[in-house]
Amino acid sequence: MKLNTPSKLEKILKSGHIAVTSEVGPPRGSDPDAITKKAEMIKNYVDAINITDNQTSVTRLCSLAACIRLKLMGLEPVLQMVTRDRNRIALQSDILGAASFDIYNILCLSGDHQSFGDCGSGQNVHDLDSMQLIQTVRRMRDEGKFLGGDDIGRPPQMFVGAAANPFADPFEIRVPRLAKKIAAGVEFIQTQCIYNLDKFEEWMKLARDRGLHEKVFILAGLTPMKSAGMARYMKNKVPGMDVPDEVVKRLSDIPKEKQAEEGINICIESIERLKGVEGVRGFHIMAIEWEEKVSEIVKRAGLYPRPEV
Amino acid sequence: MIVAEKKPIEEIIAQISEYKNILILGCNECVTVCEAGGKKEVGLLASALRMYFINAGKEVKIDERTLERQCDHEYLDEIRDIVDRYDAIVSLACGVGVQFTAEKYQNTPLLPGVNTCFLGVTEDRGLWTERCQACGQCLLASTGGICPVSRCAKRILNGPCGGSTKGKCEINAELDCAWQLIIDRLKALGRLDEYEKITPIKDWSKDRAGGPRKVVREDVQI
Repeated sequence: MKLNTPSKLEKILKSGHIAVTSEVGPPRGSDPDAITKKAEMIKNYVDAINITDNQTSVTRLCSLAACIRLKLMGLEPVLQMVTRDRNRIALQSDILGAASFDIYNILCLSGDHQSFGDCGSGQNVHDLDSMQLIQTVRRMRDEGKFLGGDDIGRPPQMFVGAAANPFADPFEIRVPRLAKKIAAGVEFIQTQCIYNLDKFEEWMKLARDRGLHEKVFILAGLTPMKSAGMARYMKNKVPGMDVPDEVVKRLSDIPKEKQAEEGINICIESIERLKGVEGVRGFHIMAIEWEEKVSEIVKRAGLYPRPEV
Repeated sequence: MIVAEKKPIEEIIAQISEYKNILILGCNECVTVCEAGGKKEVGLLASALRMYFINAGKEVKIDERTLERQCDHEYLDEIRDIVDRYDAIVSLACGVGVQFTAEKYQNTPLLPGVNTCFLGVTEDRGLWTERCQACGQCLLASTGGICPVSRCAKRILNGPCGGSTKGKCEINAELDCAWQLIIDRLKALGRLDEYEKITPIKDWSKDRAGGPRKVVREDVQI
């Protein structure tokens, strides 16, 4: 087994285990307990924990500082980094800052548009895009070079990830786009939340037809629904999200107080089905402000205990 | 062309409140085409201001003039003899015209009467849309003639992002996703395979980031 980095996530994936990751959204304030409490809840049930980077463009405690908190707890963070808020100087600088704390995983994203958040009148940067950020991290790691060409002292050792959304349009380029990210140097993918399993399987098949599943580790993204209202909101209001009518109906057909439990059931059934899809190498469980459910999902889906590597 | 839109009249009134002799100066180029600052708009603004000042019981003289261009010495010279009659000029040219007029007539306050918006086209009657951000290094050859810098809300050079839905942008369901347009066009040209070429990191020093830019053509200099 050839490992490119000291990343535990990389080791788990390359050892052939099904990986499980989850995420923690930092607080809208500076209280570190908000991070450590969530991390405590999920730490025994996942291999690595993503820290979101000002998700939906709402200003929060920074991803890097929150990742350091996890590192101080002895956990394995995945530093999410968006190109919206930093130019190439700041991106490279933050990558080095993360590397100085031995953060071994990064997820390269473009980020939601700032108009969704609390600073709609702000600038966006996008000096690089997510594809180019992947290339940048790989260059820093593999060649030990800054974008400007100078040598880096103690280059970052990061396992490089990116997102993929099989449900955004146009569908026909969703697999070519994955191929493009692989060509840019991505090593693992965490997908958008999957509710339309048929469409996801079609995307996976097209990826397999090109052999892409052997070039990148694909972690299927899942977010349990808390209610029929949430399902409707995700269906109608969240760009790039594909929630089939059956999912909304299944939740709205049962009493409100049972909907959350049903949401968990749907999530577990989805994992069970996706385990059988060739090329799915793990699961990324995004239990948004519902971290206490991660343990139940992981246990009931047969993903517990997590492997020791 | 440079597309502009009229400033609210309240803002213009606030800008000129201390002046008694005002020239409204239009431009016969882009702002005429986008109906923000041509001869017609000069007349409308002048009339509205006169009405306002009459109703407010103030004696303010408002004159009108429209130049062929405000971005050329030649045409700006046409008002040299009359500039001193005014204690302010409201220019309805784009930001370029306002500044060039101000540079030429140092002693006269120059006030903008329009907001300069973007480089764009007349897509339909009364509808102007953006096409270019003058980034200084044109990419259109590789993007099917559609510009992701000006038309993608995140100026993503390797798009589309995950927010592209039914051909529209995540920020607004009325707004076309530039990358959907690029892909449609590459497909129509039979060149969809080009989609998988990674657009390299861009040299933004040719853009605003590099500071104020200039083009020097020694071959046409006198």
